[in-house]
Amino acid sequence: MAYNCVVLIKQVPDTKRITGEVMNDDGTVRRSALPAIFNPEDLNALELALQIKDKFGGHITVITMGLPAAGAILRDSLFRGADDAILLTDPRCAASDTLATSYILSCAVKKIDYDIVLCGRQAIDGDTAQVGPQLAEKLGIPQITYVEQLIELSDRTITAQRNIGNGWQQVRTKLPVLLTVTSEANEPRVAAAKKIMKYKIALAPCETEQQLKTQNPTAAPEEIKALAARKSAELEQKGVLIKQWNLDFIKADLSWCGQSGSPTKVHRIQSVVLAAKESKNVEPNDQGISDMIHELIEDKIIA
Amino acid sequence: MISVNRKGEVWVFAEQHNGQLEDTPIELLGKARRLADTLGVKLAATLLGDNVKELAIKLIHYGADKVYLVEHPLLQAYQTNSFAKVMSDLIGKYEPQIVLYGATITGRDLAPRIASATKAGLTADCTDLQIGDHTTVKDGKLYKSLLFQIRPAFGGNIIATIINLKRWPQMATVREGVMLPPEPDVTRRGEIITEKVKLNQQNLPLEILQEHKRPRKVDLKAARIIVAGGAGVGSKENFKLVWDLANCLGAAPAGSRAAVDLGFIDSDHQVGQTGTTVRPSLYIAVGISGAIQHQAGMSQSQKIIAINNDPDAPIFGIAHYKIIGDLNEVVPKMIKAIKSVSRGS
Repeated sequence: MAYNCVVLIKQVPDTKRITGEVMNDDGTVRRSALPAIFNPEDLNALELALQIKDKFGGHITVITMGLPAAGAILRDSLFRGADDAILLTDPRCAASDTLATSYILSCAVKKIDYDIVLCGRQAIDGDTAQVGPQLAEKLGIPQITYVEQLIELSDRTITAQRNIGNGWQQVRTKLPVLLTVTSEANEPRVAAAKKIMKYKIALAPCETEQQLKTQNPTAAPEEIKALAARKSAELEQKGVLIKQWNLDFIKADLSWCGQSGSPTKVHRIQSVVLAAKESKNVEPNDQGISDMIHELIEDKIIA
Repeated sequence: MISVNRKGEVWVFAEQHNGQLEDTPIELLGKARRLADTLGVKLAATLLGDNVKELAIKLIHYGADKVYLVEHPLLQAYQTNSFAKVMSDLIGKYEPQIVLYGATITGRDLAPRIASATKAGLTADCTDLQIGDHTTVKDGKLYKSLLFQIRPAFGGNIIATIINLKRWPQMATVREGVMLPPEPDVTRRGEIITEKVKLNQQNLPLEILQEHKRPRKVDLKAARIIVAGGAGVGSKENFKLVWDLANCLGAAPAGSRAAVDLGFIDSDHQVGQTGTTVRPSLYIAVGISGAIQHQAGMSQSQKIIAINNDPDAPIFGIAHYKIIGDLNEVVPKMIKAIKSVSRGS
C-alpha cells in the first residue's frame, strides 16, 4: 500500500552559525551575512517521507512558502528524492504570522491528494513550533508532534513514538495525519548523483524569469515573459519544472493572509547586545582565585 | 476569534499529568497575578482532567481567584484534540483577554491548535510578559493596556515584543523556569466553577499505546549554584573537573549544548535555549564560549564566573568575574581555595 506524503519546508537564515564575523561592533548580528539554509528539522521530515516511500511506495510533494530564492531548497529536496516541488510565492504572503501562514499552507495542501503531512518540529529562525499544529487544525486532521520514530505504518494506520520531554510516548491513529518531526528521528540522506544530474536544471517560472533578465538586461518585459513561458514549458516536458503557486491559484481568502490575516504584530525589536556589566578580571593564580572566593563568601553567594 | 474584551479575565492553563500539577502553571500564576492586578481583572486557571479537583485548591493557593474545573473520564490523559476542543469552547464562552500556557511539550502541542481553532494570535516561548501601550505607526492610534509578549527570536539574537491589537484573546506560551514561582498562601480562598462538557471518541483520534517516563536526574532549576562545562573542557574524562568543583560547592553540574552533543554530560544537565533555563545565585562557566543560545538559558544568574582561555569568548561579556586562563589550572586552584576556606571555618 502506497502513501502520499506532503512535506512542508522552509528556507531559514543559519542562526546557529553566529560567530564573531557576523557580529557588528555594537554586538548586534548582521543578518545578511548569514547563509540561507534548509531548515534542519525539515530535512528530518523529508527523510521520514523518503523512508516511507522507500518501504511502501507513494509520491512525495514538497512545498515551501517563501521568496523565489527558496527554490534552492526545493531543488535540494528533488536531489534527495522528492517527486514534486511547489514554490508558493506571492508578495501578499508578506508579514504573515504563524496563523496566517498555516491558513495559506492549508489552502495549498488541500489541493493535493495526501495521506501524511510532514513538517519539521520547528524552524530555527523563529523556534515557534506553531505552524504544524495550526495547520493540522485547519486541515481537520490529528497531529502527532515531536515524532522521534515511526514505529509502524499499515492499513492506513500509523504508530509513532513522540518525545514528551521526560520520556516518550507511542501513539496510534488513522490516516490522514500531520507529523512534526524532530532531529532525533533520522539522519537525512545526502543528494543522489543521478538526481542531481536530472534536477540541476529544475527551476520555478519566477526563477527562470530572473535568470533571463540577468542574461538579457535590455530585453523588454513582454519578451522576457514569453521566453520564460517557453523555457518553463520545456522544463515541464522534461519533468523538472518547479511548480509555482500564488494565493489566487490556491483560492486563499486574502483577508486571512499576510498582514490582515495575522493577529500578532511586532511592537518592538531589540537587538541582544552582549554588553559588559560590572565585571572584574581575576588573575588565574592562587591569590586572585582565593580573593574571589572570599568575596563570594562575604557576599553570601557561597555559603 | 473574539474581539477586544477589556473586562476579560487573565487565564492560565493548568497543565497536569496523572493528577500531578506541572511547575509551569505555578510559575505562570505568579506573573499572571501581577498582570491581572495591573488590569484590574480576575485571574483564573483552567483545569482539565479526571478527578483533579484537589489541584484546584492548590491553584487558588498560588494566586488564582477562580478555577474553571472540567472533569471528564475522556480527559484523563492529555490528547491534543480533546483538550483543544474544551479550551476553545471555554474561551468562546468566557472571552478571557489573556490566556497563558507553559511552553512545555504539551503546551507547545496544544496552544497552537487552540489558536488555530479560535483564529487568535499566539506568541511562542515568551521569557517576559508586561502590560503596556502601543501607538500604531500608520495612523498614530493608541491601544492601551495590551499584553507585551516578549521573546527571543532569530536564534536568540533579537528580543521581539509581540502584541495583538484587535483579535483577542492575547495568547502566549511561556518558557519553563523563567518566571519565579510564588509562595503558596494556604489561607487564600477562591471560586471553583465546574464546567460540563460533552466529549466522545471522535474528540480522541489518538490511541496512547504506551508511555515511558524517566525521572530527571538533576533539578537544575532548583540549584543555588551551578557549575557548567563546555566544549573547552576537552573530554569526558576531563569533565571530572566540573563534577569535582560542583561537589565541593554543593552545586549542580551542568553542560552547554556543545558539551552534551560531545557526550561529556547527559542532556538532563543541559543549560541554554534548548535545555533548561536557570537563574542560580552563582553560575560558573568552565570552558564555555557563551553562544547567545547558551546565554539565553543562564544570563539571569545573580553572579557569573567565566573561565576561558580565549579572551574574546562572548561569555566574558556577561561575566562578573572573568578568569582568562587554562581551566585545567584554574579549576583545581578554585577547589583548593574553597577547601581551605571550609577547613578554616
